[in-house]
Amino acid sequence: MARFTPHTEADIREMLDTIGVDSLDDLFADVSPGFEGRLDLEPPRSEYEALWSAQKVAQKNATGMPIFLGAGAYDRIVPAAVGAITSRGEFMTSYTPYQPEVSQGVLQSIFEFQSIISELTGLEISNASVYDGATAVAEAALMTARQTRREPVVAVSAGLNARYREVIESYRVELVELPFKNGTTDFSNVPADVSGVFVQSPNYFGIVEDVAAASEAAHAAGALAVAVCDPISLAVLESPGALGADVAVGEAQPLGMNLSFGGPYAGYMATKKEYVRQLPGRIAGKTVDLEGETSYVLTLRGREQDIRRARANSNICTNQALTALAATVYAALMGPEGLREVAELSISKAHYLAGRLQEEGFRLRYPEAPFLWEFAVELPDVRRANAALLEAGIVGGLDLGDGAMLVAVTEKRTREELDTFVEVVKNAD
Amino acid sequence: MLIKDRGRAGRRGYRLPEFDVERVGLEDVIPERHLRREKPDLPEVDEPAVIRHYTNLSRKNWGIDTNFYPLGSCTMKHNPRANEEAAKIPGFATLHPLQPEEQVQGALEVMHDLQGYLSEISGLPAVSLQPAAGAHGELTSILMVARYFEEVGDESRTTVLVPSTAHGTNPATATMAGFKAKEIGLDERGCVEVEELRAAVDETTAALMITNPNTLGVYEQNIEEISEILHDAGAFLYMDGANVNAIMGRMRPAEAGVDVMHFNLHKTFSTPHGGGGPGCGAIACSEALAPFRPDPVVEKAGDAYRLARPEKSIGRIMGFHGNFGVMVRAWNYIRMHGPELKDVTDMAVLNANYVRARIREKYRIPYDTLCKHEFTAQPPKGKRALDIAKGLIDRGFHPPTIYFPLVVKEAMLIEPTETEPKETLDAFVDALLELAEADPGELEEAPERAFTRRLDETRAARQLVARW
Repeated sequence: MARFTPHTEADIREMLDTIGVDSLDDLFADVSPGFEGRLDLEPPRSEYEALWSAQKVAQKNATGMPIFLGAGAYDRIVPAAVGAITSRGEFMTSYTPYQPEVSQGVLQSIFEFQSIISELTGLEISNASVYDGATAVAEAALMTARQTRREPVVAVSAGLNARYREVIESYRVELVELPFKNGTTDFSNVPADVSGVFVQSPNYFGIVEDVAAASEAAHAAGALAVAVCDPISLAVLESPGALGADVAVGEAQPLGMNLSFGGPYAGYMATKKEYVRQLPGRIAGKTVDLEGETSYVLTLRGREQDIRRARANSNICTNQALTALAATVYAALMGPEGLREVAELSISKAHYLAGRLQEEGFRLRYPEAPFLWEFAVELPDVRRANAALLEAGIVGGLDLGDGAMLVAVTEKRTREELDTFVEVVKNAD
Repeated sequence: MLIKDRGRAGRRGYRLPEFDVERVGLEDVIPERHLRREKPDLPEVDEPAVIRHYTNLSRKNWGIDTNFYPLGSCTMKHNPRANEEAAKIPGFATLHPLQPEEQVQGALEVMHDLQGYLSEISGLPAVSLQPAAGAHGELTSILMVARYFEEVGDESRTTVLVPSTAHGTNPATATMAGFKAKEIGLDERGCVEVEELRAAVDETTAALMITNPNTLGVYEQNIEEISEILHDAGAFLYMDGANVNAIMGRMRPAEAGVDVMHFNLHKTFSTPHGGGGPGCGAIACSEALAPFRPDPVVEKAGDAYRLARPEKSIGRIMGFHGNFGVMVRAWNYIRMHGPELKDVTDMAVLNANYVRARIREKYRIPYDTLCKHEFTAQPPKGKRALDIAKGLIDRGFHPPTIYFPLVVKEAMLIEPTETEPKETLDAFVDALLELAEADPGELEEAPERAFTRRLDETRAARQLVARW
């Protein structure tokens, strides 16, 4: 009998009798075409055997090294308290909070997540999360079309993460290309008929973009302005809401989520109150119970698939509640000063590394552009540099394929690691 | 009380490493107009307060760990802790998604194994693990169908058919993928009405989205005929795999003519639902649709694994490779079961039928045949599903799914899952039988023993407050 099924043979017999059938096979008499074979899977492993073999498989991955890769996922500190809370069975093993009387924990934590995202983005309404940063961007693209009642066509530049651009297109939204010069986007000629204008800041190359200019250009075209922001950056950069953006979206992974080979992370989405009907996904709202006690409940459900079906504003149902909880606990632990310090540590270390590389004669791809913790540096042979870094026990940056390496520096990197990076890259040729 | 109200200005919950390089002045590197003027109003609390706050919040929440949770269509089975341990192994948890292939062979091996397992369970040759949830798997599948018809130059395919019992995600997916959703009714057994389907299928039909067993818990006995009708018209049969827990080792969708389907790893394969995700909505498909799968999939060449873009891929549907941590959990679960997944299915179906057989005396079963892993019931005349649900809460049971499927008035969709012992099922049945007799006045007051009384949901919507 399977590993987590508690019945004894006697239980099974008694239950079959109650049902009025003779055998388990009889319960499947209606199943046609039946599968008569046996699933060709490896024999069951005990827990110990399964985990031992999982360890062996995991050892084939190169981990335990300083990581200079970013491009949408960042090697940041995850405080121990985050995992302690997210592994609480009451949170981890619950479903979407359809029964609010026994789901106040999840509902309040969603409300707190929404509040944190609203505070960071400077926008009034946040949802409970979507799958990741890329799908948040794609959902925002569809949202702009619904709100403006235009065809889904959005203006983007090379500053928008290439992966996000691909997901927008997979969601059947057309891209219009804006010029990208010297590391930033030129918003002076936005076509008149687009539904949305996207600005990522810091952009794919780590550079701070002009969100205010993007917002103005979008509004002049009758489109919505969508800002794509790393939430850590919002501790130091002006909020997209204050700069006129209508929607802010992004990847919440830097807020306390393990890299985990790309997921689970969480996408966040925030907007102005007037656009809330077009915001996809769950929203937790505050209310009272019969006795007047403050409580929380999923609200504005009329936007969602289980109520509105074919006319819902998205098909999203399950989102990323548990990783959104991780973000909430992370933000609570850090607070405004901690988040700012994470940002400043990263900025200081990144600028130290960029400075040292420049001293060694390497050129930044966009030397004049203001960057935070990620930058593109031109190297004679990026592959060779990365091979040498790996040899030295360092995971190098992203090979942009055009003679430059995209290097991300987080608060985890030590001066020693940065110095080693420079030495190795310098001697790689 | 909110976390923000537990702190005071200047308090910190985490100590970061000291600066070991010169501290850069923000205004020295970033033009001032880009810098934040107003500090975000975030909590300023210490770690003990954070732990206590969220621990106490968790105690205002039920999960499978605390209570029986027979939420139909959601497969709330026990979440084995070995899966959590597997996902936490640093070799998995600290891996960056953009590390080169030669550094991530272990992760790719997990994905390749899991692709193979899902292929074996479904009988379908090709798999993509990228979708993050069931609805995302649906969208991926229907986008693949759309791309297929674009590829063959067939512009007439504008409609996706959806049975009236379908999850709301199905019609919403059809719309999102650019199709018109059209509903198909049921026959007297609760199955898709075959003649209505036959009449509805024509050269505009791209696909039918069927759930099997369907959301009534009834097996779609005409599935082979249904697939023939679609295939004869050049359309595809998509299967919503939310209910795969009912068929593992007993039926393989490919053999019934299914062309593409999704799995919910967070249902069937025991990965925790987390209060609403993360999940994984992996899909499996036929050779004909395989070239359209999202980018990337994992392939094996010799001894090495690599990420590959299928030839006519619809493109990426996630930023990276999907919810890898969820995949590790499901991979571990399947490796602890192997062919015994069939026993999982058998016990899930046994438990559902047992509860159905025991509550029949007091509850109406609108389609009263052998059910699969779940079934739909209706409260006795004069009682509302909502009140029964709230009464169950006072008796320590999470309610079933209520008011779904929409085709059944006052529906209660009950899915016990295989991990519950007979004693729990008996106690649940006893509670339901007692509630069938309960005074309606008492029920309207329920719950009285939960973390709150009933909520003013209208106020939440009318006076929207969604943040502090």
